[in-house]
Amino acid sequence: MTRRLGLVLPILLIAGWETVAIIINNPFYLPRLESVIPVLLNPFSTDYTLGTGSLVDNALVSIERVIIGFGLAAAVAIPLGIGMGRSSRINDFFDTTLEMLRPVPPLAWVPLALAWFKLGIASIVFIIFIGSVFPILLNTIDGVRGVKKTWIEVGTTLGASERQVLAKIIVPGAAPTIWTGLRVGFGIAWMCVVAAEILPGPTSGLGYLIMYAYNQGQMNVIVAGMITIGVIGLGIDLLFKAVERRFFSWRGLDR
Amino acid sequence: MNLRLRDVSRTFTTEKGETIDALSHISFDIRDQEFICILGPSGCGKTTILRIIADLESATSGTISINGTTVAGPNPRMAMIFQEYSLYPWRNVEENVMLGLEIRGVKKTEREEIAKNYLELVGLKGFGSSFPYELSGGMRQRVAVARALAIDPSILLMDEPFGALDAQTRNRMQHELLDIWQKTKKTILFVTHSVDEAVFLADRIIVLTRRPGTIREIVPVPGERPRERTGESFARIRRHLLDMINEESEAIQ
Repeated sequence: MTRRLGLVLPILLIAGWETVAIIINNPFYLPRLESVIPVLLNPFSTDYTLGTGSLVDNALVSIERVIIGFGLAAAVAIPLGIGMGRSSRINDFFDTTLEMLRPVPPLAWVPLALAWFKLGIASIVFIIFIGSVFPILLNTIDGVRGVKKTWIEVGTTLGASERQVLAKIIVPGAAPTIWTGLRVGFGIAWMCVVAAEILPGPTSGLGYLIMYAYNQGQMNVIVAGMITIGVIGLGIDLLFKAVERRFFSWRGLDR
Repeated sequence: MNLRLRDVSRTFTTEKGETIDALSHISFDIRDQEFICILGPSGCGKTTILRIIADLESATSGTISINGTTVAGPNPRMAMIFQEYSLYPWRNVEENVMLGLEIRGVKKTEREEIAKNYLELVGLKGFGSSFPYELSGGMRQRVAVARALAIDPSILLMDEPFGALDAQTRNRMQHELLDIWQKTKKTILFVTHSVDEAVFLADRIIVLTRRPGTIREIVPVPGERPRERTGESFARIRRHLLDMINEESEAIQ
């Protein structure tokens, strides 16, 4: 029932959009549905995208960039977060610096990124990294701090070394919260890649595609591109949630 | 295995910088396979004694020795069972019981064999693949007991393990613990604030004073087990202990 209820609003929005598009009757303001749908139905075709690669080509490029930037962010944030959550000395050393960097929006890093990495994938990856590293870090720290003291003490009395405590108790105990951080971080990474691709420089990616379509006055391609961005984001989030249900359901059931 | 405490004291420093004496000059000896209860008013430092023996906290002064050798660092011959819920919710029952063996590098087939035996001992045969959230409070503490026994310690340190259970479950668990104790021949050091529980279980009861905890009296409890809770000698010892505890508690207020 809830599922079906969730479909009502999108249907209403599409109907409203189509009505307004018909009334306005200007494809440079609002394209009609029938001009957007063919773009979405032929995702491998380059006919609509004016020589910038198909929708799928561009989506794959964006996904690849996100995976690299997000992967690097996770590789830095998870170990650092475990260290900061576990040791107040490590925390004190990094905390002030990170709390000062955290409010700087990813896009504010663009000029520096361009100066350091020039145009190209490295600066986009850098922006994604900046965007997703903090939610992963903060959730990891939270998760590690939330591991019950008794769980750790049981391990210690059973003879666990610090390393075994980490591997068998801290990491699995913090895993659900770390996973939440990854999920939030990936959402931000996906927003960052599109934003970074809209900026001057890139010649591929979904962000580039919609900006390029704007320059060509192809509103239908812009809308199709935006829908693609939304659908991919939704799909990945569902994937994260499915893993959460499968492996971390104990968090909700534990009393 | 004999456990000996000599002049064990513990002071805490509060955030304001005040020093609080939690335990003062605790000395006692526990013989092999003895069942000892530590009884005292709340806040007297009973749990702190266990935590010091388990090396989760350190004594400010004094020594602890096992079979004449001074203990330093966590000792593989001891296992602790906590009052609060201590199972790992991401591990099933069998995996919980096997943790100590994993830490010691015992082979998987052997681990499973040992876990199976101890789960049977605590009456949880067939529950190996259940998860903690599927179990009642009593069953969870059985798992915790099996987990502690699995590493084959000589001394079991139990910190009010049945404190959170309802009265009936608690009585049943006390019976079963005595069975397990007789079968496995462990030395047990059991902290409780229940006079009844202490008299039912212990060979000797160490009664502590209010803070700073010192030993007020060590009361031997005669009588074959299982003891009759309504029996005359049971009542007499109970009376004597209650008087002491009441005195100590009143002095706090």
